[in-house]
Amino acid sequence: MTSTPVETTDRPPQAAGSRISDQGTSRVGDKVFLGLSRGSGIAVLVIMGAIAAFLTIRAVIALADNEGNFLTTFEWNANAIPPKFGIAVLAFGTVVSSVIAMLIAVPFAVAIALFVTHYAPRGLGGPLTYVIDLLAAVPSIVYGLWGALFLVPHLTDFYVWLDEYFGWTKILSYDGTAPRSLFTVGILLAIMILPIITNVSREVFAQTPQMHKEAALALGATRWEVIRTTVLPFGRSGVISASMLGLGRALGETMAVATVLSPSALIRPQLLEAGGGTFAQNIASAFKEAGQYGRDALIASGLVLFVITLIVNGAARLIIARRKEYSGADA
Amino acid sequence: MTAVEDAVAVPAGKDPLGIQHARLPRWTPAAVAIGAIVLAVVAGAAADLGNKVQVGLIAGLLYVVGTFAVSAAVEGVRQAKDRLVTVLMWGAFLIAVIPLASLIWETVDRGKTVLDADFLTHSMNGVLTIGPGGGLYHALLGTIEQVAIATVIAVPIALLTAVYLVEYGRGRLATAVTFFVDVMTGIPSIVAGLFVLSLWIVILDLGYSGFAGSLALAILMIPVVVRSTEEMLKLVPNELREASYALGVPKWKTIVKVVLPTSVGGITTGVMLAVARITGETAPVLLLVFGSQAINTNPFDGTQASLPLYVYQQWANGNQASWDRAWAAALVLIAFVMILNLLARGIARWKAPKTGR
Repeated sequence: MTSTPVETTDRPPQAAGSRISDQGTSRVGDKVFLGLSRGSGIAVLVIMGAIAAFLTIRAVIALADNEGNFLTTFEWNANAIPPKFGIAVLAFGTVVSSVIAMLIAVPFAVAIALFVTHYAPRGLGGPLTYVIDLLAAVPSIVYGLWGALFLVPHLTDFYVWLDEYFGWTKILSYDGTAPRSLFTVGILLAIMILPIITNVSREVFAQTPQMHKEAALALGATRWEVIRTTVLPFGRSGVISASMLGLGRALGETMAVATVLSPSALIRPQLLEAGGGTFAQNIASAFKEAGQYGRDALIASGLVLFVITLIVNGAARLIIARRKEYSGADA
Repeated sequence: MTAVEDAVAVPAGKDPLGIQHARLPRWTPAAVAIGAIVLAVVAGAAADLGNKVQVGLIAGLLYVVGTFAVSAAVEGVRQAKDRLVTVLMWGAFLIAVIPLASLIWETVDRGKTVLDADFLTHSMNGVLTIGPGGGLYHALLGTIEQVAIATVIAVPIALLTAVYLVEYGRGRLATAVTFFVDVMTGIPSIVAGLFVLSLWIVILDLGYSGFAGSLALAILMIPVVVRSTEEMLKLVPNELREASYALGVPKWKTIVKVVLPTSVGGITTGVMLAVARITGETAPVLLLVFGSQAINTNPFDGTQASLPLYVYQQWANGNQASWDRAWAAALVLIAFVMILNLLARGIARWKAPKTGR
C-alpha cells in the first residue's frame, strides 16, 4: 500500500532522467530537422537569385555585341552578323495585348464573381465555383490550339463588322486577312485569365462581413445597393491584386500567343490586323532557329520579361499583405 | 421630421399605410423578354438582317432597356437599377460561358476522331506528318517521366520550406522566403525555361534532355506546393502540438509524427494540383526537351517528346491530319489534368483535417 506512493514519488526523477537522455538525441534531431527545413527555405531564395544572376550574365554577353539599340530597334536579327535586335515591337505587343485582355477580363470576372456569390440560384454557386477551378487548370497550349483553329476563323465576321462601323478610328480598321492579330491575342488571353481573376475575386467577396450587408439591407438598400456600398468597397483591394495576378499571367503567356499571332517586326495602330509580337511569343518562335548568340539575345529579352512580371507580382502581393493588416479589425 | 413624413407620404398609393413600393408582378421579366424577341425579329426582318447573332444582340439590348424602363416607370429608379444590374450579371455570366464551353466542346468533338488504342500505343517514328496515323505514346511517356522527376525534386524542398515557414519561421529570413515564394508563383514558365537553358545547356553544355525540362518544371512546382502545404499546416490545431510537447516528444518528432500526418490529405491535394499544373506547361519543355518523333525512354540522355509539346508541334505542321492528332493529344492532356484535379479535390474532401466543432 505504502509502496505505491513511494513509487509515484520515485517516478518523476526517473522520468526526468530519461527525458534528459532523450533531449540529448532529440536536440540532434531537432538541429538536423531545423537545418534541413531552413536550408530548403534558403534554397528557394538561392533559386530566385540564380535565375536573376544567370539571365543577367547571358544577357550582358548578348548586349555587348548588339549593333542595334536594345530598347528602340524594331527587328530581331540576333543570328545575323553583326547581330541587330531590339525589344520595341515585343514591348509594344506585350503591353497592348495584356491591356486588351485586362479591359475585357476584369469587368467580366468581377461580374461573374458577384454572380456566383450573390446572384446565382441556391445550389448553383457551389458547382460553378468547382467548374471555374477546373477551367483555371486547362493547359495554355489547349487554349492556344483552340484559339488558332477555332477562335481565329470565327472572329473574321466580327472584325468586318467592327471595321464597318469603327474603321474610321484606324485602331479598329481591318483588311480582311486572317485575324491572327494582337487584338485576337488580347481576347484569347482574356478568356484564359478570366477563371483566375474570378476565383480570387469570389473568395474576397465571399468574405464580406455579414453584418455590413445586413446593416445595408436594414436601411432599405436593394441588392445592388448592398453590393455597391458593402461588397465592392470591402473587396476592392482583393480585386486589384487578383487583376494583377491575371496581368502577370497574361504578360508571360507563351504558347497561346505563339499559336495565334502571326508575328512581324512592325508597330502599327491597326490592332485587328496581323503583326507585332510579344516577349514570350518571340522566345518560343525564334528559339528553333537561334544559334548560340541568338539564344543569348532571347535570354536578354527574357530577363526584361522576368523583371516586369516580378514588379507586377510583387506589387500584387504587397497590396494583399496591406489588406490583411486592416481586414481583421472589422470582421 | 417633415422630411420623414414626406418620405412616408410619397408612395401612398394602394396600401393604406403608405410604406410599400409598387412591385412588378412575377411574370414581368418573361413578358419583357418575349416582347424584346418579337421586336428584334420584326426589326431584323424589316432591315433584312441575315445574321441571327445580330438579331439576338438586338433582342438582348431591347430586353435590358425594356426591363429598366418598365421597372423605372412602376417601381422607381432604385429598383430599376437593381433589376438592370441583375440582368447584366446574368448576361456577363452567360457570355463568359460561351467560349469556355466551346473550348471543352471543340476539344472533345475534334479530339475523338483519331483517338483510339492505336493512337495511344504508337509513336510518330517513321510516320509522315502530312498523312494520318502515328500516335502519342512517346509523348505520353516523356511527360510522365519528366513530371515524375520534377515532382521528386520539388516536393521535398517545398514540404520542408513550408514546415520551416509554419513551424520555425520567425524573423527576416521567414519574411523574405514568404515574399519570394509568392513572387516565384508568378514567374512565367518561359523564364524558368530560359534560366535552366542558360545554366544547364549554355554554360554547363549538358545538352537537351528530359531532365533539363524536369528542372524547370520543378522550379514552377515548388512555390505552388509551398503555398498549399503552408495553408494545410496552419489548419492543424495547436492543441495537437501542445499535447505532443506535453508528452515530452521533441519538436521534430512532433512535426513528423503529428503535424504532417494530420494534414497529409491536404498536402496530397496540393501536390496533385501542382502536378496537374506542370503537366500542361509547354514553354520550358520546348526550350529544354526539344521534342522527338521516336520513343526515348531515358530522360537523362537525348531529346524527348512531351504531351503539350506534341500538341504544339502537330499544330505547327499545318495540315489536317496533324491537326487531328493535335486535338486528340489536347483531349488526352485535358482528360489527364481534369482527372488529377477531380481526384485531388476528392482526397481533400475525404481527408479534410478535423478542426474541432
